[in-house]
Amino acid sequence: MSNEATLHSQEVIHGAHAHDHDHDGHDHHHEGNFISKYVFSLDHKTIAKQFLITGIIWAIIGAFFSVLFRLQLGFPDATFPWLESILGHWAKGGRITPEAYYALVTMHGTILVFFVLTAGLSGTFSNLLIPLQVGARDMASPLMNCMSYWAFFLASVVMMSSLFVQTGPASGGWTAYPPLSALGDASIGSKIGMDLWLISMALFVVSQLLGGLNYISTILNMRTKGMTMTKMPLTIWSFFFTAVLGVLSFPVLLSGFILLLFDRHGGTSFYLSELFVAGKALSNEGGSAILYQHLFWFLGHPEVYIIILPAMGMVSEILAVNSRKPIFGYLAMVGSMFAIVILAFLVWAHHMFVTGLNPFLGAFFVLLTLLIAVPSAIKVFNWITTIWRGNLRFTPGMLFSIGFVSTFISGGLTGIWLGNSSIDIHLHDTYFVIAHFHIVMGVSAFFGTFAGVYHWYPKLFGRYLNNTIAYIHFWITLIGAYLIFWPMHYEGMAGMPRRYYDYSSWESFKQFNDLNHFISVVVIVVFAAQLMFVCNFFYSIFKGRKVTTTNPWDSTTLEWTTPINPGHGNWVGEIPEVYRWPYDYSKNGKDFIPQTVPLSPDEEKESH
Amino acid sequence: MSGYLAVLVVVLIFVVIFQIAKASEYVSILKGEKKARQQTNRVNGFLLIIFLILGLVGVYYCNDILKSKIIMEAASEQGRGIDQMIMTTLIITGIVFVITQILLFWFAFKYQEKEGRQAFYFPHNNKLELIWTVIPAIALTILVAFGLRHWFRITSDAPKDAMVVEITGKQFNWLIRYPGKDGQLGRKFFKNINDANNPVGQDWEDQLNKDDYMATEMHLVVNKPVKLIIGSRDVIHDVGLSHFRMKMDAVPGIPTTLWFTPDVTTAKMREKTGNPDFVYEISCDQMCGAGHYSMKANIVVETQAEYDAWAAKQVAQYAVAHPAPAAAPATPTAETPAADTAHQEKVVAVNEAKH
Repeated sequence: MSNEATLHSQEVIHGAHAHDHDHDGHDHHHEGNFISKYVFSLDHKTIAKQFLITGIIWAIIGAFFSVLFRLQLGFPDATFPWLESILGHWAKGGRITPEAYYALVTMHGTILVFFVLTAGLSGTFSNLLIPLQVGARDMASPLMNCMSYWAFFLASVVMMSSLFVQTGPASGGWTAYPPLSALGDASIGSKIGMDLWLISMALFVVSQLLGGLNYISTILNMRTKGMTMTKMPLTIWSFFFTAVLGVLSFPVLLSGFILLLFDRHGGTSFYLSELFVAGKALSNEGGSAILYQHLFWFLGHPEVYIIILPAMGMVSEILAVNSRKPIFGYLAMVGSMFAIVILAFLVWAHHMFVTGLNPFLGAFFVLLTLLIAVPSAIKVFNWITTIWRGNLRFTPGMLFSIGFVSTFISGGLTGIWLGNSSIDIHLHDTYFVIAHFHIVMGVSAFFGTFAGVYHWYPKLFGRYLNNTIAYIHFWITLIGAYLIFWPMHYEGMAGMPRRYYDYSSWESFKQFNDLNHFISVVVIVVFAAQLMFVCNFFYSIFKGRKVTTTNPWDSTTLEWTTPINPGHGNWVGEIPEVYRWPYDYSKNGKDFIPQTVPLSPDEEKESH
Repeated sequence: MSGYLAVLVVVLIFVVIFQIAKASEYVSILKGEKKARQQTNRVNGFLLIIFLILGLVGVYYCNDILKSKIIMEAASEQGRGIDQMIMTTLIITGIVFVITQILLFWFAFKYQEKEGRQAFYFPHNNKLELIWTVIPAIALTILVAFGLRHWFRITSDAPKDAMVVEITGKQFNWLIRYPGKDGQLGRKFFKNINDANNPVGQDWEDQLNKDDYMATEMHLVVNKPVKLIIGSRDVIHDVGLSHFRMKMDAVPGIPTTLWFTPDVTTAKMREKTGNPDFVYEISCDQMCGAGHYSMKANIVVETQAEYDAWAAKQVAQYAVAHPAPAAAPATPTAETPAADTAHQEKVVAVNEAKH
């Protein structure tokens, strides 16, 4: 559908005022029944809600798993009888077994990286904001969009079912390196659980591709009149780059998984060579276990930007709105995101410095990896300059955005350590890495998500979240996140390896027992605070304070020109036309000038 | 019982917070949206600056109590270089960390909403942006240059006089093989593996194997470079040498190497740390299955004399595999033609010391 056609099409409008245009009285025929409205909905806003709520459910599960394995790390000698009642023989006598511990760790990583921070984050906000902010009635292909969600749902069902098979879910780490993940004899989690994991991930890739192609074509083709690329809010730029990253890198991951499936069941030797497992030598020869790592990290590294870019975009937007100032250096922000996208494809082997990689090749990856710090630094300085001399409103979204910048700095700087191969030799696969990526892509991405949820909740549900709980949620999470992950840097400096079930027999690492105990206690408190957020979320859908104005944050962007509860088609009447960039805050003495306001004669002169 | 009680308490706390939150929402509606916003703004602005101050104090305090738990000095020559790199990077990133966090929270506090203040319309400034593109670029170039110098030094070929030790990972322990008197490791082949008496699959036809011995601990000589030849029998493992600041994956089918020069003996380290139980440990640093966390071997760094005494007591694996009757011939002196041992396809002989 061309943009012109969309712009003037009246068919899909269902607001209260649509009656004027719909003389034949069929204005409800797109609303359909419950199934087509809420289940297999084609409305991007409903699909966004589906992604968000599925993501929240996964986040609770994934975070709860971390609580369980932190119990083991923090209280290695204690027993918790209730664990046996939920985990059965996986926690015999109230203590998690090593097999269960590794399954929990693996599923925690898989769930949070893919199901929550990829699908839950960019699935929600790309779907919600792309049509609303570029001025389109829906996605380029609403059907593909719907299929994208349901592919994700299927992936979720398969992954969930793997938790209940007798031999347990995958337990070789979220990276699933073969041969461990290829051989059921090497690990109990590599039996049927691993097959389910691979099937689920394949469905997940399908979902990502369907979604990503849709986001890209919507942004390129469906912008409203006047919405040139450089008039798009930074959120849209970030979703665009995210989708490009996903479309180019997820297929590579899928190819890696397919080879792994062949090795598991087809008798091939892509990744297997010279193995002696479970008392006998296998016939596989000539494969390379490292090949999988190249394929995996070719997605795996862009993946971390797939996670963080949407958060960056939303934070840029929310910081500007609540500072009542334009984002500083709009073009530099776009340019730095573009640089990050390009570099994201050229740094994957920095995850592999200690695999026996050719040192000469490694040197290039060091250079390119540290290069990413430059666009990242530009973004941080621009965010800080954005709040400088602003007039800051600390809405919950704004606080989480400030928290995002803080954690992005903290976690980003340690990336400079790890990207430098000679330091990485010492810190690789230690708690330093855990601290680094949890702060920079776990906590930061979550802060971005929370900022987005608090900021666009009025658009999603026409109500506000409870502010008091929001503030409690923010402060516990910010303080807790630092208390959990900051000390882990020290454990890493001592060389403490990650993915250990128990450190008590290690002379080199057991001195951190008390610290682990402390961290686990904080984890439980922070988890409780997240549950509070979840309660607030669901409670407020039905009982939250109602939004009474279409533009509650005094924002310039298009989504706030729609009715409070927009129907399918978003705008009643014609789609508004855009005349200016989205960051005219505090310009010429006006608090804000929406994008739909034509340039004044003075401004015209300026721009020529 | 106490479990249920704990759950009950948590639920009660939840309910109380919810009630307070709901009540405060009504209060803020009564007060008027604007007034309520100004009030929460002040509270949060204040909390942000408090967070900054307490946070920075916390960073200092955390360092104070945790630094003693790390052995800050590497026990190898190469490790000292890495420690130096870490210090340089720590200083540079530390300065950036403190400055940016202070600016972020200080600005947030200082520019919180005030009646009558107009935000400054400041969309861009090329000079500023150029400055903060160029400065990080220069700083990073310096770090890359330092880093690569160390990287190439560490990954260079081992010195000729380095001793050679082979270490093979298996679920879930390390197999350590010494080349014996001839200084050369014999061939091995994975199909020869036999857990009873040939754990790494040595080829008994190869004369070089006759004096190779397996050890349960790795003994190294202080100040003498050692080259590790690393392999794996089953899944990927990783030889983690935290005290020497070294690490290398053990990949099945693809031998890897690393070399370093330990320069503090175990005895000296015990003195230095004041811990009589101190021991250099090899940890497995790559997830390898349910027993990953217990995959450990010890390293003893000692003087040449102590090492010689220990080595003299070791029994060749060949002798273990071929008990009493066959143990007679003095094999080490039997010189085999090089062609015999050199390149037999598919038989991966990791005797790089020779070739």
